[in-house]
Parts: sequence; structure tokens; C-alpha cells
Amino acid sequence: MAITLSEAAADRIRKFLDNRGSGIGVRLGVKTSGCSGLAYVLEFVDELNEDDVVMEDKGVKIIVDKKSLVYLDGTELDYGKEGLNEGFKFNNPNVKDECGCGESFTV
Amino acid sequence: MALLQIAEPGQSAAPHEHKLAAGIDLGTTNSLVATVRSGVAETLPDEEGRHLLPSVVRYTPEGVVVGEEAKAAAAEDPHNTIASVKRLIGRGVSDLKTLGDRLPYEFVDTDSAVPRIKTVAGPVSAVEVSAEILKVLAARAEKTLGGPLTGVVITVPAYFDDAQRQATKDAARLAGLNVFRLLNEPTAAAVAYGLDRGAEGIHAVYDLGGGTFDISILRLNKGVFEVMATGGDSALGGDDFDRAIAEWIMQQAGIGGDASPQLLRSLMDKAREAKEALAQQDTVEIEVALPGGGQWKGQLDRATMNRLIEPLIRKTISACRRTLRDAGVRPAEIEDVVMVGGSTRTLRVRELVGEFFGTEPLVDIDPDKVVAIGAALQADVLAGNKPEDEMLLLDVIPLSLGIETMGGLVEKIVPRNTTIPVARAQEFTTFKDGQTAMAIHVVQGERELVADNRSLARFELRGIPPMVAGAARIRVTFSVDADGLLHVEAEELSTGVKASVEVKPSYGLTDEEIAGMLQSSIEHAGEDMAARRLTEQKVEAARVVEALRSALATDGDELLDAAERQRVERALHDLQQTADSASDAETIKQAIEQLEKTCEFYVERRMNSNIRKAMAGHKVDEFE
Repeated sequence: MAITLSEAAADRIRKFLDNRGSGIGVRLGVKTSGCSGLAYVLEFVDELNEDDVVMEDKGVKIIVDKKSLVYLDGTELDYGKEGLNEGFKFNNPNVKDECGCGESFTV
Repeated sequence: MALLQIAEPGQSAAPHEHKLAAGIDLGTTNSLVATVRSGVAETLPDEEGRHLLPSVVRYTPEGVVVGEEAKAAAAEDPHNTIASVKRLIGRGVSDLKTLGDRLPYEFVDTDSAVPRIKTVAGPVSAVEVSAEILKVLAARAEKTLGGPLTGVVITVPAYFDDAQRQATKDAARLAGLNVFRLLNEPTAAAVAYGLDRGAEGIHAVYDLGGGTFDISILRLNKGVFEVMATGGDSALGGDDFDRAIAEWIMQQAGIGGDASPQLLRSLMDKAREAKEALAQQDTVEIEVALPGGGQWKGQLDRATMNRLIEPLIRKTISACRRTLRDAGVRPAEIEDVVMVGGSTRTLRVRELVGEFFGTEPLVDIDPDKVVAIGAALQADVLAGNKPEDEMLLLDVIPLSLGIETMGGLVEKIVPRNTTIPVARAQEFTTFKDGQTAMAIHVVQGERELVADNRSLARFELRGIPPMVAGAARIRVTFSVDADGLLHVEAEELSTGVKASVEVKPSYGLTDEEIAGMLQSSIEHAGEDMAARRLTEQKVEAARVVEALRSALATDGDELLDAAERQRVERALHDLQQTADSASDAETIKQAIEQLEKTCEFYVERRMNSNIRKAMAGHKVDEFE
């Protein structure tokens, strides 16, 4: 069971955490909603919950709750640009189908 | 797939429901847009990597061009290329006369109070021109964020009045934007440095742009920034530094005052380059192509430049000193000084400002971007991307709002520096028996007399049922929304008749006038109070005269013999004369007391007579 970060994503997260001045790491998760069933969660973490699993990649702590981990195992978080827009991308091998925009998906 | 940002804990948005927000610094010369992504507030560049958008709009038969391209065309097509439109926004036709000489545009003659500029695309107003700038910035933000904006925060100068704020909001609406709120520029700069999360204290915002200088003194009090005083010089900026350096080059190179405009333009550019280079290094080489052929080469060191520009910087320091005096604050009480505007990159400016305030000025955030960044942080909070315990920053109204009462006095209903949004009500009554209408005159300012303040609006409440003077109850409610816009409503409480006005004044005040209004209220505090007391006594005298007249008309003949009546009428006449001619409140007060004494017997008789009438037909035991 593992989740990894691309070099670019790790750089960005370190920068954002540093700028924020607090926070343990970054939370990756899924929640049920959206047009295709599940949607990604990407948040800063100040406190751990009981069912959280903490991993580390490239010096960044990745926090995932046990339920989300089932859907995210093997995911690599990447950071990229598309024109003027830039942001994080989930490269998730579990996804079977996603909605046109890619914000929600089914497994 | 969509690109995601890191949200605050628990604030992840549902798909397609990202609360995208932006802060816009709508400037006189340049404008910027900024947003918060993954907790970082940044200004957004266009496709070419340029953050600053020149606030220039060019109208052509083919369409509208905004920014660098429009600016480049300004020289060849001056009538259709509109720059510095911020100086016009919210101003009426009559204000143009004071600005007129500096504006190269042709204005359309219309009956409307809003001036319109003639262009090839038809007449345009300042609101429409500003909307074009906002549209370009909003489109850049939406492209960058990958979705529509839920709302924006737009910054305005602290001295902008209601008309200018309303016009700015109208421009945003015209651009299809939802304005969360307007934010004062100095407040935005302070927010960018996180001063709103710090301890309570007094801060200064020193804003030196290309052509204008503003100094604002802010006090942070219970999470609210109040503007204590603003000041500055609307014709002093970094361009004046360039001019001083250019003159030095001309002197050194032996160029006379008859140099061509092209040469002068290029000298100004050389001067600016030299100034910018000297922010990093100690000396700079300057080369100028001379008009008769040949070249001049010279060297400018930082010490020499400092000597050239120091008198100009001293002028800004004098303005700081005056503004501090207005605020009633000593330089040592200032905790932080926020530097805004490109000209604060000049090291000597930082040194002298630091010396004056006795503190190291804050310069970490790019001074061109700091206002937009503060606006973006505020927009992020207002969009709901922060947990609820993050306090919402509030703003305050810059000048008191009130209504005119009898005798031309101002009754302040919402005092200056009240945090907004706010609603305040006060009850008023009628002055004359049987009065059925009341004129409500809404004024803005700090002085005691209406004549010394600014008139915002007038309206009438009609349909008050006839009653004796002082019996009607009219509630006047002032509500100011989060953008500082005012709604006034008057309601007669027994019948519920209402009248209201939305204040959208057509004429603006200049910066100097606002500063002047605040200052004069301090300077004239003593005489204003004296004038107020005098007027109050005059109104009181008029009320007594009115009451006595109406009493005489009712039962004067019945209760007084001819000699008594004459005595009362003489006393009445005396009071009227004293009230008309007296120049101090005390004399009138004594005259009123005198009249009351003279008429005591009459008042007593009236009371007895009224009681008799009331008791007539009743038995004594009914009253026990």
C-alpha cells in the first residue's frame, strides 16, 4: 500500500507548507459526490484523525484515511501546468472511468 | 483531468463547486489581479508573463483593446485611448472643470450628470472604461483558475467617497463580476503583511507611485482597521525623481532646455533606468546620444542621486508629519510601516521613511503587488475557503453620516469610523403644529453646521397625520452596506408611511477636499460647537415664540386683559429680536428665561383654565 509524490508535487507541497507556517503534511482522500461517484480531497493537515495512515515520500508527510486508501493505493500525485492554469493531478491506477472534467471518478 | 489546489482542513470543495475568488487592484496607471492557491496569494501573469496590466483602454472601430497595446497607441490615437480613468470615476460633469486641463479627451455634451468621452465607438463613461479593464483581469483569473469566479474584492483609495465607490461597483457589475466588497487600498496592503492577525496597534501605509503619494494611518482595533487619517500629494511620485535625474544629466551633458521632446523622453527613460539600477548597485554608467551627433558618457553614483531626489522625499515626510498630526499620533507610536508603490524600491526612500518612523519599513512583498495580494486574501476569506474561526476583516466609514435638523444643524446618525455593514436609527419629531411633511436632508462630514458639510441627498416624507408639534414620531434609519453605500429610510411610526433614498450622489469630492473636510473639523471644533449652541438656542427661541403665539391665538383674549396681553406681546417681541441679532447662545438663553418669567402668570392661568375645562361636568370624587 503506497502513495507517492512526483518531484514537482513534493517541491510545491514543501513550499506551500512552509508559506503556511503550520501543518503536519498533506491529506489525500476521496469522498462520495460528484457526477461520477467519487471526488478527490486535497487538504493541509493540522491534526491527525484516528483512522489516518501516515506515509512519507521525498520528505513530505502524506496522510490518508483507511477508507480512502483503498481507492488511492498506487496513486502518484503530480503537479503541472495547462496554459495559465496550474495545480495538482492524481494519477490513480484504480480509476475506471472519470467525468469529462476529471474532478470525479468511479473505480 | 482538472488541476487541484490544496484546501484548508475540511474545506475541500465538491467537484465543480470550487469557490474561486480574486482580488483586483484597479489602479490609476496599472491594474493587477491576484488569487490564493494552496494557501499562497500571488498576482497572476498573462500569457506573456506580465503581471501589470496598464490601465489604458483604446476604442477602435473593430473593438476594444486594453493594456500594453492600448498604451502603445496612446500617442498616435489620443482621443480614443483612455488612460488614468480612475481620476474620472464617480465624478460629475462639474468636477471636470477642476480636472479638465489635464485631460486630452473630448467630452460629449449631455444632460446627464455623468460625463461621457467621445470615441470612435461612441460615447463612453468612466464606468464603462473601468469595466473593460476589469473584464480583462477577470478573464485572466478565470483562465488561470480553470473556472468562473464566484466573486472578487476590488480595492479603492481610502479617500474615495460614496459616488466613487458606487461607480467602481457599477463597473464591476457591468463587467459581469460579483463584488464581495470594496476594500481600502491601505487596508489591503496591511492585510497582505498579515497585520490584521497581529496585536492591536497603529500602522502607517506609505504609498509612493509614479505620480501620486498617499499616506494612511490605520488603527487595528478588535480585528477592524479604522482609517485614522489620510494625506499625501496627488502630484508627487517617482516620475519626479526621474525628472530630477534627467535634469542633472542635461546639466552634465550640456543639453539646453530647447531639447526636442524625443530627446527629453529618452532622457527620462535613461533617468529611470539609472534610478532602478542604483537600487542594486552603487554607481551606474549613463550614455546619451547628443542632438548634434556624438555621445555623452557619464557616471552617476548613489550618493549624487540621493542628493538630487532627497528634497522630493522630504516633501513626502512632511506630508507624513501632517497626517500623523491629524491622527493625533506621534511617529514613535507607529508599529509598522507598509511600503506600497514601485517608487518605494528606491533605497533612500526606505532609509528616510525608516528614520522618520523609527522602525524598519516592511518591504518583503513586491510593492507593486502588495495591494492586490491583500485583496486576494480577503476575497479568499469572503468566498468561504477559510475555516469559520478566521475572523472576517471589517472596514469603516470614512466620514460621518447624518441629517439636517432645525436651524441648519447636523445630527450625526452614523459616526465616522463605525464598522460596516451597519444600521442605525434615530427618532425625530415635528416642529410645528399640524405639520404633515418632513424634508430629510442627508449630509456627510464632521462639522456641526450643514453648510460646512457635504450634501448627499434630499427627500421628503409626506402623509404625516396632523398632530401638535413634537407628537409625531419619525424614525430615520441609516443603513450602510459592506461597500460603504448608504440607504436612508424615514418612517412615521403611527401610520407606517415611509419614504427612502438610495444614496448615489452624482458629484465626487477630490482627495484634497476629503482631507480638508477632516482637518477643518478638527481646526474648527471650538467655533463649531459655539455655532451649534447658538443655533440650538435660536431654534429653541423660535419654538417658544411659536408655542406662545399659538397659545395667544387660542385663549389670549379670554385669559388676559389688554395691559397683560401687551406685556406678553412685548416680551415676545423682545425675545424675537434678541434671537435674531444675538451672536452668542447665552444671551438668547437668558432672553428665553426672561420671557418665561414674564409669562409665568399666563402659563399658570392657562393650566388652571385647562384643568377647569377638563374637570367640568365631573364630580370631585371621580378624580380621587
